Amino acid sequence: MSRIKIPRKSTAIDMTAMCDVAFLLLTFFILTAKLKQEDPLQVDTPAATTKQLFPDLDVATITVGKGKIFFSVEGTDIRKAVLEQMGKKYGQTFTPEEMLKFSVLPTFGVPMAQLKQFINLNEEQRKAYVQPGIQVDTTNNSELYNWIHESRIADASLHNKSLRFAIKGDAREEYPVVKKVIDVLQKQAVNKFSLITSLKDSK
Amino acid sequence: MAELDTSGGGKKGGKIRSKKASTRIDLTAMVDLAFLLITFFIMATTLAKPKAMDTIWPDKTVKDKQLPVPESRTMTVLLGSNDKLEWFVGEPGKTAPTIDNFGKTGIRKALIENSKKIEATHAGPDNYMIVLVKAGDKAKYKDFVNMLDELGITGIKSYGVVDITPAETAQLKKDNLD
Repeated sequence: MSRIKIPRKSTAIDMTAMCDVAFLLLTFFILTAKLKQEDPLQVDTPAATTKQLFPDLDVATITVGKGKIFFSVEGTDIRKAVLEQMGKKYGQTFTPEEMLKFSVLPTFGVPMAQLKQFINLNEEQRKAYVQPGIQVDTTNNSELYNWIHESRIADASLHNKSLRFAIKGDAREEYPVVKKVIDVLQKQAVNKFSLITSLKDSK
Repeated sequence: MAELDTSGGGKKGGKIRSKKASTRIDLTAMVDLAFLLITFFIMATTLAKPKAMDTIWPDKTVKDKQLPVPESRTMTVLLGSNDKLEWFVGEPGKTAPTIDNFGKTGIRKALIENSKKIEATHAGPDNYMIVLVKAGDKAKYKDFVNMLDELGITGIKSYGVVDITPAETAQLKKDNLD
């Protein structure tokens, strides 16, 4: 009697389908990943235990570091509108081309007098340009006050939402500088805003 | 299958053909790499998201009457330089402030202990502790965020950020924290 031989099957598995799925997912993640925008000012945010996520839309960020103040608002349409309104306020006109360039600009810290010149710089020159920060004082007419005010108007008219504000302060920044920004926000009755932090566990 | 038919369709003629190598490729390494990259992108996208600490401040544009607060229920925290702080319970000047640092054994312990003490010595329902945070001129923003975080961790119901008074600045200066 001879045993029935079971033919051995090859252990090689067809990887084609798996490879397809893997690359499909990879493409998806690469496309959805938000590219890290290069900030003109490196800010090291303080750590806290809050787990709340920072929203992506209808938010304006005020970056504070090295005694300078930078401003950014999300949304290209809002940026365009804000620039137009700010131009009106300070007696400057911007061409559609300049508005387009400004709308893709992430964070900036340039006074109104130099803004036009700054927008027209190319990528390389912009990197080398030392941005002096946005002027702020205790009056109701500082440039930061107006940027905040005009952004709120633009967001309310374009998106019909109330703009949220976030302060991204450097951990080593002295409190009085941050306090100045808080005072400007409070002057406009913006009493609810977020402080951007990085995550730490509560030990 | 990622394989092409390379059999060559039977014998025809007398030509000797060199045997073609199989076009089948081993995709395992490629799949490994793809999954490694996927893992990287998943990690990178979720970790890079910044967290936001929501804060609500009193409305300064409306001048309304402030509620009278018994000073025996307030704990004042002064934020100084070098990651140090001072705290005292009650009226300023009456009790000597304690110099403390941040963290589990420092201010967190003090907050919890004082909160319990105040709740035990006062009659309800309003017997909770009120914390006033005052940042000195040399305080770092990090300390301020840390302090708000500690208040959140300890679950202090009522706290406020108040401007520092000259007397308190002098106190910080005296203790070399300004």
